[in-house]
Amino acid sequence: MAHSPTTPGIAAGRLAKDAYRGNFADLYAPLGPHEAIVAADRCYFCHDAPCITACPTEIDIPLFIRQIQTGTADAAARTIFDQNILGGMCARVCPTETLCEGACVREAAEGKPVQIGQLQRFATDSLMAADTHPFVRATPTGRQIAVVGAGPAGLACAHRLALRGHDVVVFDARKKPGGLNEYGIATYKAAGNFAQREVAWLLSIGGITLRTGVRLGRELSLAELQDDFDAVFLGVGLAGVNGLQIEGDDYDNVHDAVDFIARLRQATDKSKLPVGRHVLVIGGGMTAVDAAVQSKLLGAEHVTMVYRRGRDRMGASDYEQTHATSTGVRIITGASPVRILARDGKVDAVEFAYTEEDRSGMRLGDETFCIPADQVFKAIGQRLDDAPAGLTLDGAKIGVSAGGRTSLPGVWAGGDCVSGGEDLTVTAVAQGRDAAEDIHAALMGLNALAAE
Amino acid sequence: MADLSSDFVGIKSPNPFWLASAPPTDKEYNVRRAFDAGWGGVVWKTLGQDPHVVNVNGPRYGAIWGADRRLLGLNNIELITDRPLEVNLREIKAVKRDYPDRAMVVSLMVPCEEQAWKEILPLVEATGADGIELNFGCPHGMSERGMGAAVGQVPEYIEMVARWCKQTTRMPVIVKLTPNITDIRYPARAAKAGGADAVSLINTINSITSVNLDTMSPEPSIDGKGSHGGFCGPAVKPIALNMVAEIARDAETAGMPISGIGGVTTWRDAAEFLALGCGNVQVCTAAMTYGFKVVQEMISGLSEWMDQKGYVSVAEVSGRAVPNVTDWQYLNLNYVAKARIDQAACIKCGRCYAACEDTSHQAIAMSPTRVFTVKDDECVGCNLCVNVCPVEDCITLEPLSAGTLDERTGEAVKPGYANWTSHPNNPASTTAAE
Ligand SMILES: Cc1cc2nc3c(=O)[nH]c(=O)nc-3n(C[C@H](O)[C@H](O)[C@H](O)COP(=O)(O)OP(=O)(O)OC[C@H]3O[C@@H](n4cnc5c(N)ncnc54)[C@H](O)[C@@H]3O)c2cc1C
Ligand SMILES: Cc1cc2nc3c(=O)[nH]c(=O)nc-3n(C[C@H](O)[C@H](O)[C@H](O)COP(=O)(O)O)c2cc1C
Ligand code: SF4
Repeated sequence: MAHSPTTPGIAAGRLAKDAYRGNFADLYAPLGPHEAIVAADRCYFCHDAPCITACPTEIDIPLFIRQIQTGTADAAARTIFDQNILGGMCARVCPTETLCEGACVREAAEGKPVQIGQLQRFATDSLMAADTHPFVRATPTGRQIAVVGAGPAGLACAHRLALRGHDVVVFDARKKPGGLNEYGIATYKAAGNFAQREVAWLLSIGGITLRTGVRLGRELSLAELQDDFDAVFLGVGLAGVNGLQIEGDDYDNVHDAVDFIARLRQATDKSKLPVGRHVLVIGGGMTAVDAAVQSKLLGAEHVTMVYRRGRDRMGASDYEQTHATSTGVRIITGASPVRILARDGKVDAVEFAYTEEDRSGMRLGDETFCIPADQVFKAIGQRLDDAPAGLTLDGAKIGVSAGGRTSLPGVWAGGDCVSGGEDLTVTAVAQGRDAAEDIHAALMGLNALAAE
Repeated sequence: MADLSSDFVGIKSPNPFWLASAPPTDKEYNVRRAFDAGWGGVVWKTLGQDPHVVNVNGPRYGAIWGADRRLLGLNNIELITDRPLEVNLREIKAVKRDYPDRAMVVSLMVPCEEQAWKEILPLVEATGADGIELNFGCPHGMSERGMGAAVGQVPEYIEMVARWCKQTTRMPVIVKLTPNITDIRYPARAAKAGGADAVSLINTINSITSVNLDTMSPEPSIDGKGSHGGFCGPAVKPIALNMVAEIARDAETAGMPISGIGGVTTWRDAAEFLALGCGNVQVCTAAMTYGFKVVQEMISGLSEWMDQKGYVSVAEVSGRAVPNVTDWQYLNLNYVAKARIDQAACIKCGRCYAACEDTSHQAIAMSPTRVFTVKDDECVGCNLCVNVCPVEDCITLEPLSAGTLDERTGEAVKPGYANWTSHPNNPASTTAAE
């Protein structure tokens, strides 16, 4: 029997078959060659450009845009990849409105920044379509480095190390490489199996061995890695998720948003993916938005996101919030869940209390309200689980000094698992890359030389 | 409302916008529609002797573009009309009959022999045309056959042919000049000496617009080879304006009517040509880019501007700026200006900084928070920052009043006027006449 958005409970195939393809395809069509040149022409080629400073990987944006403008998209891509080997993914997923485009002088002047993200995609797509790898490795150094985690941080680190002539083995617990590029990012941002295509292209530099299905702490220990390799880089992300710690957290149909998204990303046929009629997402970050929007795109009739603080405090940018509401997601702020109500062991509704906030902090008010829900997604943050023993933590994450050095000799770390920097793909890339340079300098004695 | 009607050497037209001799004026079908769209007059595509010439059968145009493929310059290797003389004459007559209030000028190019000119002129006169324009400007193809620019580059020939024409016809004679010459005043003086009623300029400039880097052929490429063409369109306007001004302020040619041509694309361009001494303007590339309708913007724009300024006739505008065109040696060296940056308008791109720091006088300071300020003790007032700033009127050059300290020189700005001719640094300085 065919289902519809109003089918009660949890059901798959709420939409017509071909609706799914459109819903999960590229959110924005890529620029065509003429559009790219017109868009590129708007760049003023600023002196000491603010957009470069705003990019965690410090891509020379005015230069690559000028290279597009003069018809040399491949040279533009080189400029991008020199700084950010995952420039293709970043072009798709970066919250540019708060990064480069937010700093663009034309944003200040007219509220219309140069389309840096789209231009970056134009350039990187162009070079990647040529299917040749633009970098050549340095003479082999004979050094071996272990990278744990094949997410953006690990991949960026591995690529830079390989470039410098080192041999790298990348271990990842999951079946496929890519980290959250493969299992987390919203489908419509990385359409066309882009995460896997990008990893394959990145690995084609050579010198990197990928070993998936191997988990540090299970099949591997840090001590072993320290013994077997000249250096170790940890880019393990945040595997743990925060719980609600309220009654009903363990009811059926109460899920971690990241698990739901991972399943969604791996589902080749989205029409087979069940989703509730009334979906409730708890949280205010990018994960919450992605879970909410994609539930809607799967055909849920009502999707509500509830965040405990004000809109201005939400982790999701204005742009992401607008994207959610324009997809039909309702956003409620200033309310926190107090109880999950069930019928027959399955979630039925969630009771919220309004929050009150002043200088002393946030409290729950007395007044409550209920929202019906047959599926609840928790998106109130990820955390580092099972950090290898011996590592000094900074708060809940691995503490690092400049260059990504941890408290253990020979062990570096970067990405979401370390403290400092926003939890973004581009930040992970920057940290992975910088750690690689630091490892390289340490192994080759460059630091000592420089000190002399 | 300003009166846009124009009387150019006795040729009347409802407005000063004529289509230049070129493909837009190539045939009756076009010219009728041009007149319907509002053009004040046309200079018919250049006629020649029969048998008519043959054009290339491949591309005739090359171009350069700005943002969003805005056409900035056009190059062509087209020749004069490639239709029989009799067909053109018949069509000219028919159109003039039906549009008596529009200017109908016929462009001509025949070999540099008296007989050739004396034969064609009566035929043109018989059409009822208002005047003729002698095409001494076409820089490609025809010049290889001793016509066009080949004549325009030899003042003696210009004078000679102009004289033959004046002797043979009652029609006003306009001499169209080539810019492919070092000093435009010589051909203009020759035209005057030959009795011509007016000059029109510029025709197109010798050019190669681009090279195909795959085939290594200049564009437009005819079977792998290219030849220089004639350049026109917005890019040539500054060159044309200067040449017009040179003629307008030359003692020998001052006062001779000028029809301004070269890059006229908007009403503003037209007003500038008029201000530098033109009686009217001719347009080719703008029409070839946007179609005949562009004239409507030119008409409404010129009219609105004239109303705002209180000019009632085109003649009142004509030549207004000529007295202000002078030689470098007469520029006032006591005039001191400094760049001023409007901080509220500044969008912090830093282009002024890069330009001044790298290529000018290191006179702009940049703070860590990207505030850009002018160092008056270094600024020479060159205007580069103004020109590279993407925000109009964000940076302006403000003159210092007499008596204020110029921090760069450490001297007070002197009152009055003093130029190079009397400057102590000029070895040939002459004391100003008492
Ligand atoms: C739903 C969601 C949407 C997001 N959307 C965006 C977005 O639009 N834009 C943006 O910039 N950022 C976004 N982010 C954040 C971004 O994905 C991360 O900041 C980024 O992926 C961090 O990279 P990483 O390499 O540090 O970690 P991860 O991408 O998490 O990669 C870590 C890798 O390590 C592996 N691993 C973990 N533990 C072990 C172990 N013990 N042994 C072996 N391997 C292990 C994991 O399997 C994984 O492959 C989003 C995050 C989520 C959850
Ligand atoms: C394709 C083409 C053909 C031209 N043919 C002639 C011509 O036959 N006779 C002539 O006097 N000028 C000819 N010209 C020159 C134009 O009349 C005009 O002088 C020149 O294009 C500059 O004006 P513009 O910048 O408005 O185009 C031609 C120009 C073009 C583009
Ligand atoms: S006017 Fe010239 S010298 Fe003065 S600040 Fe501007 S660029 Fe520098």
